[in-house]
Formats: sequence, structure tokens, C-alpha cells
Amino acid sequence: MKFAVIDKLLLIFFHELQDYFTLAGRTFVRTFRRPFYYREFAIQFDKLGFSSLFICVLTGLFSGMVMALQSLIQLKPFAATSYVGGMVAVTMIKELGPVLAALMVAGRVGSAITAELGTMVVTEQVDAMRVEGTDIISRLVVPRCKAMLLALPLLTIVTDMVSVFGGYIMSAGYSINPIMYISGLPQFLVFQDLIEGVVKPAVFGVIIAITGCYVGLNTRGGAEGVGSAAKQAVVLSSVLILVCDFFLAKIFLVFRG
Amino acid sequence: MTFSDSIRIEKLCYSIGGRKILEDFDFVLERGINRTILGISGAGKTTILKLLLGLLNPDSGKVFIGDLCITGLPESSFMQQRKRIAIVFQGGALFDSMTVGENVGYRLFEEGRLSQSEITKVVLEKLSFVGVEAALNLYPAELSGGMKKRVAIARALAADPEYIFFDEPTTGLDPIGVYNICNLIQRLQAEGKTTLMVTHDLVTAFATSQRFTLLHKARKLFEGSEEEMKASTIPEVREFLEPTDRSLFYDVQTGNDKQQEQAGSL
Repeated sequence: MKFAVIDKLLLIFFHELQDYFTLAGRTFVRTFRRPFYYREFAIQFDKLGFSSLFICVLTGLFSGMVMALQSLIQLKPFAATSYVGGMVAVTMIKELGPVLAALMVAGRVGSAITAELGTMVVTEQVDAMRVEGTDIISRLVVPRCKAMLLALPLLTIVTDMVSVFGGYIMSAGYSINPIMYISGLPQFLVFQDLIEGVVKPAVFGVIIAITGCYVGLNTRGGAEGVGSAAKQAVVLSSVLILVCDFFLAKIFLVFRG
Repeated sequence: MTFSDSIRIEKLCYSIGGRKILEDFDFVLERGINRTILGISGAGKTTILKLLLGLLNPDSGKVFIGDLCITGLPESSFMQQRKRIAIVFQGGALFDSMTVGENVGYRLFEEGRLSQSEITKVVLEKLSFVGVEAALNLYPAELSGGMKKRVAIARALAADPEYIFFDEPTTGLDPIGVYNICNLIQRLQAEGKTTLMVTHDLVTAFATSQRFTLLHKARKLFEGSEEEMKASTIPEVREFLEPTDRSLFYDVQTGNDKQQEQAGSL
């Protein structure tokens, strides 16, 4: 009996996994195939990307400040407070910036994508589009993916810059010389860190968009179904971001040699 | 009549989560013969429309649009055949993010064959046909239920289809709204469109169709004209026309739908 339940659960899991990657694959193929919905892309870029700017600025500012605060406390006994700038920058650019920005955007945008597509499914708008001859992946999924692929790295760059600035404010409060703070940055950062800081959010952006679209397009039921789908999309994309972050970090370590 | 002038279903079975919705279902919609599929709520009427359009895949059986069997084919390979059909969904299914004008001209924009001014002309013509041209720049959220249905009909008409499917077109409308929609459907039929309607509203059905199919317990229980239906001695048909013994469809004691119960136990 127990095995039957496990068997069924595994079957559902692998079925869902297959569908998820099928959607991702089809999205990838259609990214390079006509028709290109430029207007839809612009709308989504504004809706999903630009409107998340404020939340990313806040996230960057306060995480940078708290990073600097904690580092100052730890480094003070060793008289190494001049390294605060470098520590904040390397931690934020390589790791915390991409992950925090992605998690914030996943909460805000992932749920919005799912709720929008889920509502379109339950009100038969998606069926109507299909009948009108529209490829729903090209029309609904690809523009969101492209928008997130471009928007999240940009938002992360803003988050990183603001966090370094936040760390600077905190350091200034602790009488750290601004020149020392800024000169510490290149001592810690290498070019690959900057690459890592941009590639990671690009991957996370695609994960947020694909997950939001996948869960949204598979929404069943009415308003309750849409609500639970939105919640599911946020949880799923957050977990996927953290898991992918680990594997991406491992991959970048291999390149670092 | 040739097969190219029809849409057909052959020996179709469809189930959801083990619950049988349709079993060994055969159906033909010939050009020029307007039909209605009747049945109680949850009988699988809307499912038939979605199967005919290739929006759902059957468990077994075949669906033909003209000569082409669309069952199992990827959507892109029967897109041209499907363009012969338009559908008016129950709630209208208008695109929230677009204005009425954009909704009506959606397929024309997508096809990209006409210029902006030509599309606007077609859109205005279709909106005027259904009597809501004043709503051109409004969004669906600003429309009443009846207006949404009219706009949905205008959208269906925009690409000049041969067949138009109606999913419960008069549900939730006041008597005048019902009259107006029936009138619109009759005008479409007069213009040569073939209509297929699914409804449980007999007034609308008898006003707009020549042939009727009654679904019961996942199967086709009856098929015939209005006269044949009214003269039928099949208890369920009689019950559907003049409900006196609700136990044929519903369990009076518990209020449960007997068909659902039976399907659930399968």
C-alpha cells in the first residue's frame, strides 16, 4: 500500500518535471522563432522589471548596511576595518545581491505572472487565444522570459550598487575613511565575480518566469485555484533559485580553477 | 454533403481523473444545419466544444475538421482548419488587458494580413453588427454581461468563420438580453454561418437550432428535430423538457447529481 502511494507520487513528480522542462524547451526554441511580440515584451519588461526597482533598492540598501555593520564588529578587534568595503562588495556581488534580488522579485513577479496566466486559464482566455490561432508559448511565455532575462541582471546590478553604497554609509558612521572603503573594493573583487554577479540573476530570471508561467498555465479551479497557484509558484521558484545558486557557484568555482 | 463540409466526432471517449465525461460519442455538424447539444450542468457539453476545437485530447476516438483528423496532431498542424471555426465562450473570454476594439480585431492583428485602417474598419463593422460600436475603446471590465457576450460574438465574426460555436450564450442574461442574443444568432445563420450551441436553455435552443442532441450519463441519449424531441417517449427526454420527476437527473433527497454520483463510482 505504502509503495503504491510512493509510486504514484513519484509518477506525478516526474510527470510534472517532464512538463516543466518541455515548457522550458519549447520556450527556448520559440525565443528565436517568429512571431516576436515586441510590444508584449516591452509591457512585461516594464511591469515585471522596472516596477520591481524600488523593492530591489530597499533590499540592497539595508542588506549592504547590515553586512557592513556585522563586518565592522567582526573586523574591529583585528584592526582590519579597512577591508569592510571589499567584503561587502564581494559578498553582495557574488552571492547575496543576485539571490536576494531574485527572491524579492520571485515573490513579487512570480506570483503576478502566475496569477495573471492562471486567471486567463480559468476564464478561458487562453483557450480563446488558441482558437484565434495564437501560439500561447510565443505570446505569453517567451516575452515574460525575455523580460526577466534582461530585467533581473539589471535589477541585481542596481541592488549591488546600492548595497555597496549602504555599506559605505554605515562605514562612514563608524569613521572609516571613504577612500579606504572604496580602495578595498578591487582588492577583493576579480572580473569573474562581476560575470558571476550577472549570469546568476539571468538564470534566476528565467527560472522565475518559466516557473510562474508553468504553474499559471496549469492552474485549475476558480479564484481559489489561482490563489494557491500563485503561492505554489513563489515557493517553487524560491527553492529553485537557492538550489540553482549552489550549482552555479560550483560551476563558477570550476572555472576559477 | 461531403466530409469537407462537416465537423465530426467518431466513437469518442473522454474522462477526467477516472470520471467518464463522454463515452462512445458520435456527432456530426454539417454545414448549414444548426445544432444544439442539450444536457444538465456538468453533462460534458462544453467539453464537446473543446474536443471539436482540439483544445482537449480525447482518451480514444477521433475528431475531424473537414477531411482532417486532428486527434493527436500538434496544434500548429491544424491551425488552418481550425480557423474555419470560431467560438463564443460562456463568460465571453475577452482579453482583460485589451480594449474591445483590440479584442475584436485580435485574430486580424495576429494574422498581419490587413493594415491597421482595414482592421479598424472590420472591427467597427462587426461591433456595429452586434450593436456595441460605442464600446470600441472600453475595456472588458467596463462592460455588462450582455455586452461582453455581444463583443465575444463580434470577435468570433471578425475572421469570417464558417462555423460558430456558442457555449451557453444566454446564461445569466435578462429576458431582453436573451432575446437580443437569439436574434443575433438567427441573423448570423441568415448570413450563412453554421452554429453549434451547447445550452440547457430550451427557449434559446428551440429558437436557434434545427437539430438537437441530448447528453445523459456521458452518452448521447437522443438526437432529432424539435418535433421529434417533443414527441419522444424516452423518460429522460420528457423529464428534460418538462421537469416533474427530478430524480431522473438529480437525487431529490440529497440534491446530488445522479450522473456525477455514478461517474464518481466508476
